[in-house]
Amino acid sequence: MALSLRVAFWATLLSLPFGILAAHALARWTFPGKQVLNGLIHLPLVLPPVVTGYLLLLAFGTRGALGGFLADLGIVFAFRWTGAALAAAVMAFPLMVRAIRLSIEAVDPRLEQASATLGASPVWVFLTVTLPMALPGIVAGAILAFAKAMGEFGATITFVSNIPGETRTIPSAIYAFLQVPGGEASATKLVIVSVVVAMGALLLSEIIGRRVAERVGGR
Amino acid sequence: MLQVSVRHAFEGFTLDASFEAPPGVTVLFGRSGSGKTTIVNAVAGLLMPDEGRIAAGDWVLLDTAKGVRLPPHRRRLGYIFQEGRLFPHLTVAQNLAYGARFAPKDAPREDRGRIVDLLGIGALLDRRPGALSGGEKARVAIGRALLSAPKLILADEPLASLDEARKAEILPYFERLRDEVAVPILYVSHSASEVARLATTVVALEAGRVTGQGPAAEVLGDPGVLPAGAREAGALLTARVVRHHEDGLTELDAGGAPLFLPRVGQAPGASLRLRIAAHDVIVSRGRPEGLSALNILAGHVQEIRPGGGPGVIVAIDTPAGRVLARITRRSAEALGLAPGAAVHAVVKTVSVAPSDIGASAAASVPAE
Repeated sequence: MALSLRVAFWATLLSLPFGILAAHALARWTFPGKQVLNGLIHLPLVLPPVVTGYLLLLAFGTRGALGGFLADLGIVFAFRWTGAALAAAVMAFPLMVRAIRLSIEAVDPRLEQASATLGASPVWVFLTVTLPMALPGIVAGAILAFAKAMGEFGATITFVSNIPGETRTIPSAIYAFLQVPGGEASATKLVIVSVVVAMGALLLSEIIGRRVAERVGGR
Repeated sequence: MLQVSVRHAFEGFTLDASFEAPPGVTVLFGRSGSGKTTIVNAVAGLLMPDEGRIAAGDWVLLDTAKGVRLPPHRRRLGYIFQEGRLFPHLTVAQNLAYGARFAPKDAPREDRGRIVDLLGIGALLDRRPGALSGGEKARVAIGRALLSAPKLILADEPLASLDEARKAEILPYFERLRDEVAVPILYVSHSASEVARLATTVVALEAGRVTGQGPAAEVLGDPGVLPAGAREAGALLTARVVRHHEDGLTELDAGGAPLFLPRVGQAPGASLRLRIAAHDVIVSRGRPEGLSALNILAGHVQEIRPGGGPGVIVAIDTPAGRVLARITRRSAEALGLAPGAAVHAVVKTVSVAPSDIGASAAASVPAE
């Protein structure tokens, strides 16, 4: 349980800046390869999770291209909870980017122009106008990503296996309980926990989103 | 002195305009689609024209020949948009302060308290734009542009989205800006009365081209330049208030000729600018007798221009200044009007609309 929360928390927190950047790029910039980037981001949504997990294993496993390099820096993903967080982040990323992109697209570009004429450089325009006005979508995207990260199973179990205390998140644990006779009771408890967490996340995103929207809507 | 020269080809429309804007208010005057907003956006840097040069003295904003294209945030302009474009997530005070933080430390700044007083927005500072009326938003937008320490103010039909009452509320603020704030203003409008009240200089635009430019009275008094069409033609006179009469009239002195208007707010001695609409002027060969109209200006026909349809526009030089009259071609022929003919221009007192009368310190703004 605590492990699942930790995995989902770090997966969300660390992917958020990249999510905002990617969403902004897709919403506002034109650059060659935009559709390719869009496709890559959404790939985990349509690929079988097992495939995503296996690709992660190839890339970030100890003998993988990136994994070997990162291992030299002391960052190891394979069969660690950090790997579970990476898998969760990759799987949740498309949902996060979608929500944030929509909210950035909803920001009136004429307000960004007004900001520029008042002397704000593009970075300041983003920080003082785009970001605060897109905040409801960013919060919603982050909470959605958190809920998705909590529930990620396929890519996680493929990439980092199902090691008690290290990579056994709630879905992995439910799966493990269901593999042994008489594990149903324990599995049911975890199922209830999952449902509560997921519902809580959705409610929270709704409430925060509405409150932020009120503030941004300005009254 | 702002110098603008831009060429830009759109699909089915080419903008090719050059003009100079001396200090004061320069109004870009023309119908919608004449390219006014495109020019202002080019000056602001929101649109990069194909070719052109935009400079205020040695402050070069754009020079395509030399490859200079300053991005909008480095142009130091205060842009007052038609829809205000206030930031909805910030309070009025934060909106006002927004531009100041990006201005160079040593830039000459307007005093915030003075601008807040000038615009009468002191009571709104803690509110957010969502809770403001249209007129209040317009005033905050003006304040936000002024307080960004701009070298030039751009205003793109800032009154167009307001109803008549709100326009009458905001126009005096622009008159005060013109007379009390040193920053030059480039103002886009298609309204003849806004032009008559505000403009120091008029740049008339038609289909992407400049058809006339110069001091407001000169351009508005030229029957060859009617950017809003013959129906909207009207000349601009400057007059001094002599005294207010008991019967609700105000006597003015326009270049030695007496004029009577419905009571105006200005005190005796004050200078006024008033727009005399061409369709309110009657032309008479002899001095009319037994006529109810109070204002009769003797003068000479300077020019006669076909004004579309059965009408002509007659330009008459009078001691009060150039007056335009819109009459039928038939009348012009019946009266035997020709350049040089001695005529009288007759203007009904009540036909001068209050919205066409404004303060005039602009007449005294020296050319650079």
